[in-house]
Amino acid sequence: MTPLAKLLEAALFASARPIPSEELAALDPDASKAALAAALDELREHYDVDGHGVELVEIGGGWQILTRSEYTEAIERAQLAARPARLSAAALETLALIAYRQPIGRAEIEEIRGVSVGSVLKSLHERGLIDVVGRGEGMGRPLLYGTTPIFLEYFALRHLDELPRSDELAIALRAEPRML
Amino acid sequence: MTEAPAFPSYAAEGSAPASFVVELSEFSGPLDLLLTLIREEQVDIYDIPIARIAEQFVLRIRSLPLNDAADYLEMAARLLRIKAQMLLPRVDGEETWDDPRAELVRRLLEYQQMREVVDVLERAGEERRNRFARAYLPQAPAPPEAPLALSLSELLAAVDRILRVTRDPAIHDVIPRAIDVPGAIALIRDLLALRIRARWSEIVPSGAEPWKVLSTLLGLLEMAKLGECRVQQPRPFADVEITRDAASEAA
Repeated sequence: MTPLAKLLEAALFASARPIPSEELAALDPDASKAALAAALDELREHYDVDGHGVELVEIGGGWQILTRSEYTEAIERAQLAARPARLSAAALETLALIAYRQPIGRAEIEEIRGVSVGSVLKSLHERGLIDVVGRGEGMGRPLLYGTTPIFLEYFALRHLDELPRSDELAIALRAEPRML
Repeated sequence: MTEAPAFPSYAAEGSAPASFVVELSEFSGPLDLLLTLIREEQVDIYDIPIARIAEQFVLRIRSLPLNDAADYLEMAARLLRIKAQMLLPRVDGEETWDDPRAELVRRLLEYQQMREVVDVLERAGEERRNRFARAYLPQAPAPPEAPLALSLSELLAAVDRILRVTRDPAIHDVIPRAIDVPGAIALIRDLLALRIRARWSEIVPSGAEPWKVLSTLLGLLEMAKLGECRVQQPRPFADVEITRDAASEAA
C-alpha cells in the first residue's frame, strides 16, 4: 500500500464515526484531491480483493471502516457488540416523509400518515435522526423538521440523493409541495 | 365453522370467528389498514367499492381500545360520509361529477408512495445494522474528589462569618387564622330564628376582616346546600338577601 493509503487506514481505524473527506484531506496537506481519492480506492480494494473482515464504506459524505455483515451474528453471539434496535414502522414512515419533503411540519406529516405523530417526532429527535430546521408560515409558525447527518449514518447513505427520486417510485405522484 | 361466518372472509384461515381479534398494532394507521383491505379484496384503487370497504373497516376497528381508536374512527366517519355521497342521485348526462372518492384515492396513493420509501429505508437500515463500526470508548470516569480536610476552628470561623453577614435577621410572625365556618353558620341560624329575612350587609359589616367574609360566604353556601335558607340577589352587585326556607320551617 502507498504511505497515504496507510495513513488514511490508521485515521479511519482510530475514528468511531465516519470521517468527512475534508478532514481526511487535512491529514496530509501535500496530498492532492486526486491522490486522496486514489488512496481511498486503494484501501477499499485492499480490503475487498485481499479478503478482509472489514470494508471501507462511504457514508454521509465521509468514510468509515465497518465489519462485513457475514460476521455480525458471530460477533453478536459472543456479545462483543450489539446491533442497535430497529426503528418502528411509525418511525420509519415519519422519517421517510421528512427525508422526502424536508423541511416539513408536523401537520403535513399527520395528514399524510393519518395518525398523530407527536411522540414519534420526539423520539426521532432524541435519537438525533431529525432536527428542527426552521419555522413555517401560517398559524403558530409551526416547527419544520429535516434529516441530520446521523440519519445518513443510520441508513449508510452517501447523501440524500441516493434515495430513489419520487418519480422513480412505482407510484409517481405530483411532487410539488401542498398548499397549507 | 358450522354457522354462517359472523365475520367476513378476511379472518385468518383456521381461526374460529369467536377468537378473532384484530391485531391493529400491526397496522401503522388507518390508511395502512385501508390499503391492506383493498389489497386483500383485490379491488381497483381507482374504483373502490366504498360500501364494502367501509363495512369491513368498521368491523376491524371494533376491537380497538378507545385510546388508539381516534385516528381510525375519523377514517371510518370519512368512509361513511363518502358512502353516503355515493348514494346521492346523479343527474343523467351530467359530465362534471366529482367523484367523492377522489380525495381518498389521492391520499392512499400518497401513503402508498411513502411506504415504498419505507421499504427502501428499511433495507438500507438493515444492511447498516448488520455491520459494526469501531465501538465508542466509554468516557473515562472523573477522578474522585479529594476528601474534605477541615479543622474545628475553621468550621467555627465559617459559622462566625455567616452570623456576622446576617446580623439583623428580620423575623416575621405569621399567625394562622382559621376560617370559622361552623361559627358563621350558628350566627346566621340565630339571626334567621328571629327573622324571616336578613341581608348580607347585616351579617357582615363593611370592612370586616377577610376571614370573616370567607367564613360567612362558605357558611351561607353550606346552608343553602342543606336547604336551610335561600340566597337571592335582586340584581348584580345588590345586597344579597337571605330568606329562611319554608321547607325547613315546616320541619
